[in-house]
Amino acid sequence: MKKLNSLLMVFLFTSVLFAQEYFPKNDGVHQKNLNYTAFINAKIYITPTEIVENATLLIQDKKVVAVGLNVKIPTNTNVIDLKGKYIYPSFIDMYTDFGMEKLRAQRNFFASAQYDSKKDGYYWNEHLKPEFNAFETFKYDDKKAEEYLQAGFGVVGTHLQDGVARGTGLLVALNNFDNNNTRFLSSKITQHFGFTRSANSSQSYPSSLMGMIALLKQFYHDANWYKNGNSTVKDLSIEALAANQTLIQIFDAGDKFNSLRADKIGNEFGVNYILKGSGNEFESIQEIKNTKTSFIIPVNFPEPYDVADPFLTNQLELSDLREWNQAPFNLKILSDNQINFAITTDGLKSLKSFKTNVNKAIQLGFDKTKALESLTVIPANLLGKSNEIGTLKMGYLANFIITSGEVFDEKTTLYENWVQGKKYVVNDFTVKDIRGTYLLTLNNEEFNWKIEGELSKLKSELISKDSTKIASTLNYADGWISLLITQKEKEKSIYTRLTGLVVNVDNLNGDAILPEGNKMVWNAKKINEFKEKSEKKADQTIPKLFPATYPNTSFGALEKARQENILIKNTTIWTNEKEGVLSNIDILLKNGKIAQIGKNLTDATAKIIDGTGKHVTPGIIDEHSHIAIAQGVNEGGNNSSAEVSIQDVLNSEDINIYRNLAGGVTISQLLHGSANPIGGQSAIIKLKWGLAPDELLYPNQPKFIKFALGENVKQSNFRASNPTRFPQSRMGVEQVFNDYFQRAKEYDLAWKKYNQLSSKEKAKTKAPRYDIEMNTIAEILNKERLITCHSYVQSEITMLMNLTEKFDFNVRIFTHILEGYKVADMMKSHGAGGSTFSDWWAYKYEVKDAIPYNGTIMHNQGVVVAFNSDDAEMSRRLNQEAAKAVKYGGISEEDALKFVTLNPAILLKIDDKVGSLKVGKDADIVLWNDHPLSIYAKPLKTIIEGTIYYDVEKDEKLREQNNVERNELINLMLQEKNKGNNTQIPQRKQPTLYHCDTLEEFTNAEHIH
Amino acid sequence: MNTFKNIKIILGLLMLTTSLIAQQTPALKQVKSVLIMNAVAHIGNGQVIENSAIGFRNGKITMVADARVIRLAANAYDTIIYAGGKHVYPGFISPNSTLGLVEIDAVNASDDKGELGDLKPHIRSIIAYNAESQVVESVRPNGILIAQITPRGGRISGTSSIVQLDAWNWKDAVIKEDDGIHLNWPATFSRGGFRSEIRTLEPNKDYAKQTEEVVTFFNDSKTYLKGKQAEKNVVFESMNGLFDGKKTLFIHTNEEKSIIDAVQFAKSQGVPKMVIVGGYEAYKVADLLKDNKVAVLLRRVHDLPVMANDDVDLPYKLAKLLTDKGVLVGLENSGGMERMNTRNLPFYAGTTAAYGLTKEQALSLITFNTAKILGIDQFCGTLEEGKDATLFISEGDALDMRTNQLTFAFIQGRKISLETYQTQLFKRYTEKYKNQ
Repeated sequence: MKKLNSLLMVFLFTSVLFAQEYFPKNDGVHQKNLNYTAFINAKIYITPTEIVENATLLIQDKKVVAVGLNVKIPTNTNVIDLKGKYIYPSFIDMYTDFGMEKLRAQRNFFASAQYDSKKDGYYWNEHLKPEFNAFETFKYDDKKAEEYLQAGFGVVGTHLQDGVARGTGLLVALNNFDNNNTRFLSSKITQHFGFTRSANSSQSYPSSLMGMIALLKQFYHDANWYKNGNSTVKDLSIEALAANQTLIQIFDAGDKFNSLRADKIGNEFGVNYILKGSGNEFESIQEIKNTKTSFIIPVNFPEPYDVADPFLTNQLELSDLREWNQAPFNLKILSDNQINFAITTDGLKSLKSFKTNVNKAIQLGFDKTKALESLTVIPANLLGKSNEIGTLKMGYLANFIITSGEVFDEKTTLYENWVQGKKYVVNDFTVKDIRGTYLLTLNNEEFNWKIEGELSKLKSELISKDSTKIASTLNYADGWISLLITQKEKEKSIYTRLTGLVVNVDNLNGDAILPEGNKMVWNAKKINEFKEKSEKKADQTIPKLFPATYPNTSFGALEKARQENILIKNTTIWTNEKEGVLSNIDILLKNGKIAQIGKNLTDATAKIIDGTGKHVTPGIIDEHSHIAIAQGVNEGGNNSSAEVSIQDVLNSEDINIYRNLAGGVTISQLLHGSANPIGGQSAIIKLKWGLAPDELLYPNQPKFIKFALGENVKQSNFRASNPTRFPQSRMGVEQVFNDYFQRAKEYDLAWKKYNQLSSKEKAKTKAPRYDIEMNTIAEILNKERLITCHSYVQSEITMLMNLTEKFDFNVRIFTHILEGYKVADMMKSHGAGGSTFSDWWAYKYEVKDAIPYNGTIMHNQGVVVAFNSDDAEMSRRLNQEAAKAVKYGGISEEDALKFVTLNPAILLKIDDKVGSLKVGKDADIVLWNDHPLSIYAKPLKTIIEGTIYYDVEKDEKLREQNNVERNELINLMLQEKNKGNNTQIPQRKQPTLYHCDTLEEFTNAEHIH
Repeated sequence: MNTFKNIKIILGLLMLTTSLIAQQTPALKQVKSVLIMNAVAHIGNGQVIENSAIGFRNGKITMVADARVIRLAANAYDTIIYAGGKHVYPGFISPNSTLGLVEIDAVNASDDKGELGDLKPHIRSIIAYNAESQVVESVRPNGILIAQITPRGGRISGTSSIVQLDAWNWKDAVIKEDDGIHLNWPATFSRGGFRSEIRTLEPNKDYAKQTEEVVTFFNDSKTYLKGKQAEKNVVFESMNGLFDGKKTLFIHTNEEKSIIDAVQFAKSQGVPKMVIVGGYEAYKVADLLKDNKVAVLLRRVHDLPVMANDDVDLPYKLAKLLTDKGVLVGLENSGGMERMNTRNLPFYAGTTAAYGLTKEQALSLITFNTAKILGIDQFCGTLEEGKDATLFISEGDALDMRTNQLTFAFIQGRKISLETYQTQLFKRYTEKYKNQ
């Protein structure tokens, strides 16, 4: 078959191939081929919905000339009869890296960090490279093209999948017979973005997902400013971005939540990205639908795990097992939700699995017409090329495939893939079928010769008259048979070779060369026709979909939790108000609020819970947490990262949300880490397990930012031999702050001045540059954003209070603040609160003097004190940490409970709605089985705004359900293995637990807080 | 003379509260006998005496009785402490500890917890134990009075020793020298790639090879010890005692498969005393452990489940799951910030009571059971006559932070200081604000 291809190629090259007409011709004479080719009697899919039987497709040169029933065939036409065969437009994959160089990461972990860009004349960050054009380094790859052609593709979009801004992509026809001048349908058609660092660059920033988001936003701001002529310098990256803005914008989001994040960036800057997904869109289908944008969806479904070894299988999470079952349903679910998407082969290990996987999706209910559309008209349309490719109308490119039947039928053979009017043979339909049983006569001996198997891979079985099987190998190519017969004679192998050109399949003949070298004639008469072996009855039962839960992990529920009216009777209530602790009392939660507290309450709409012997407290509030954050808690690439925001990278599926709920936590402030003096903007969330990331955000939340002092920011524990980042001492830390505050002040002033100008004056004046980072710090100076500052020793605490006072604002919260007790009086007069640990110390030098009495002393000095966790484990039992304030220093139990409820609410300025049990406040409560400060207390229910998000009884049920599901999935995977299907070895996925100092690049075994 | 000395001590204590001296001075040998009256006595072996009389002299417990029945001469004991409504406990024991081996985690120069190399039973923790560590003294006011000081790192990390926590130096501190050898069993999983925030663990391809190395080392050691030992081999030499039950083999592992392999390994090597340290998945093979009389020093209770689909409370419930199956369980505390967290050991036990055990069972996890596991139960771990008077009085339930409030603590009958560097700073700054 391959030989046939090359023969064909030679033929085409010598007779048909012509270079562009204005090219000099030195190897012959100019010629033009204006012959037509007509494909007659075919079932033609002009478009996925316009289907004509017994139709004709007429092409000339690269294009379709006519198609349909009454096509007039000119005399100079080469006619091909396709009776019984089908013609479809060739597929389009708009998202590939075809012909692009493979980049290998060049990061040297031992070298000093690189903070600045090495590129000259471009933007300051190497991970943004819109100036890169894929066509400039594009190398047409014949071999890879053949893989695409064999899978049915005629046109691909390709670009270098590297960096945050990746430059332009091109659109190329998979025409192995012409040069790029012909193949290029567009040299710059798309502009690409993604959430990955450039493999070519070691520049530190951005090290996190939130950094990439901030970087891209700033880049857009700068481009707008630059476009308006405000810059006095040249920037080739910005110019490229601006020039590329007319192209199709594609964002490689790579995950359902990242799709939502990319879409938000697009909305902010008026860019309509086409989002390249990852295949897990079904898990957040409503949010995905709400983006109202188009997607490019891969079909790289996971293979089942090899679950034969129970020890290994134990390492698999339920979500891993589920993914195998659910992923193939993604296309159907997207389609059922009317989401517009193209299909891509991106992510497939082998293009051979493309057809299998699409067929699998179809078997699971994905509509065939939709499938065809998402491979033809939809990508054509998304690329703005719907007048050139994707259908077989007159004037369109002659890109089509010829098949034996319906394209998505398992048994269908793809014969030919024509691209730009050039034929590529996948399986030759003109080849003569020699399968069957023959009577072979050779050297006066008769044999029974059975030829069977796939036409492209025939099997030969030779049996002599005395019923012995004789080894034989058959090769059939280019119309020639060659058969090698191996026989044993006295321990020795002897060989007979048969050759013959097939003319008549009922009577094969040719020459044989006998072991001794004699030549003689052989012939074989067909005695029986070939019969397809009735295939093992394929398993036609459609696999059951294990429905996605909210969230789609363990402990997710089939339905989102709902708000209820709840009346807890005869219980003990810790109000955190002047009423103190009330016994034998009822509390009514209604419409998400605390409706009533009193004796003998009734409410017909409420679910009644007996609270006898139990305690009700306000939900626990963790002022310092790092749970539920996606892809990096620190943007440590610069010494200030005020531009980044945790709100951009919430991960609502983190199991630690559920675990925290099980510990009575209802609100957490998710903080940036402490790798740099000015960290990022924080997110205050409610732990609404099962909702989408943005739904977790505390509504209208006060703005906060993380600052940090001491050993982490001066990189004390990095042990870098050659530090390159300022500051390296506490002295430098002050100067970093001083510098940023001063610059932000000037920045703010410049904008204020500019904004005061009349529109006429504005037109004449250059606008200041909008800077997210400066803007954020200016918010601090203007008291619109509050600081939570990671801090330990008294000198630095005093320094920051001193410095901020000079700039006329104050620090809202010192977090950790383990030497707060030494400067509690100063904190009080400054107006700062202290959010500390109950008893942590001795983990690094700056906590040598940390004492468990810290909270008590600060409290006694009138500082608002909270205990926080900074740790996904400790946050599960902050009530116990509060109890330690009673143990160490002896404050009252009521005050101690406030350390983890009301006081953090006050510090976060959300105590108008949460932190105490008062009529009208949010119904965020915990029902405990015991005294809430006792080691023996555990939450029975954790309720947020009247919705029960954790219930100890439901928890047990969820565990049972998860176990049942797990076993079902394991059994299904065992079936797969027994069927002989491919499996993968189980791997345990271990999520990183974030702490203050977690840097993706510098993970230590022991964390330092 | 004695009076003079006492005055000096009192003077010293007074000075301590005003000036900052780094460490608490170890208490003198018990001279005067002590009787604790009317406290609720938690014996440690599951028994409780609601109204007890506990006497001790010369460092040893001489009497544990019901105060309502006992008849005593008025002058039978030199000192009587009336502790009605209070609770008496045997001193808590922290096994598999690195107390005194590291002072400040991030300060490399203060870190002596591990040595180079892989198979190093000859590495002895005791000689690096800093009896004057500020972290050590900080754990005593919560009731932790005994610890097993254990080296870290490598396949065999070294040899541990057991100390009491009120001493001038390590020789003073040691109550059982070279009690056990610590083997970190090969992991069945090894670290694979790192993709965004997900780290993948892949089956450890070298597992068989690594376990074989251990087997070979044990075989070589045994062969050496049987021979004439013409030329000394200090490494093999240090394995002495393991095969005749004088030392315990502590095998550190958490995984089900490793635990099974470790049990078979110890059996086939003829190691009479073996303990699993960690044991996250031990509950899955509890019957095997029980049948082979293998105890478990269970890893830190206040920890997150390993898998997202594990019961969120699994770490809290493990002690109950094992105890119910008849496995002898103690609690250990290795992990992040383990030294400073030692003082939370009582609350780990308290948590196991919140999740199924009785309070007295929970108490045994950090007293009697651990003493048995470490082989020191003949002289400590419970409040029983003849044992060391290493005990304390708490205002309330010592397993609950709400009520864990020590008023007196004794180690071998010596009344130890409950002050620490931290209480001194507390007093100093309380004083500062009072005077403002």
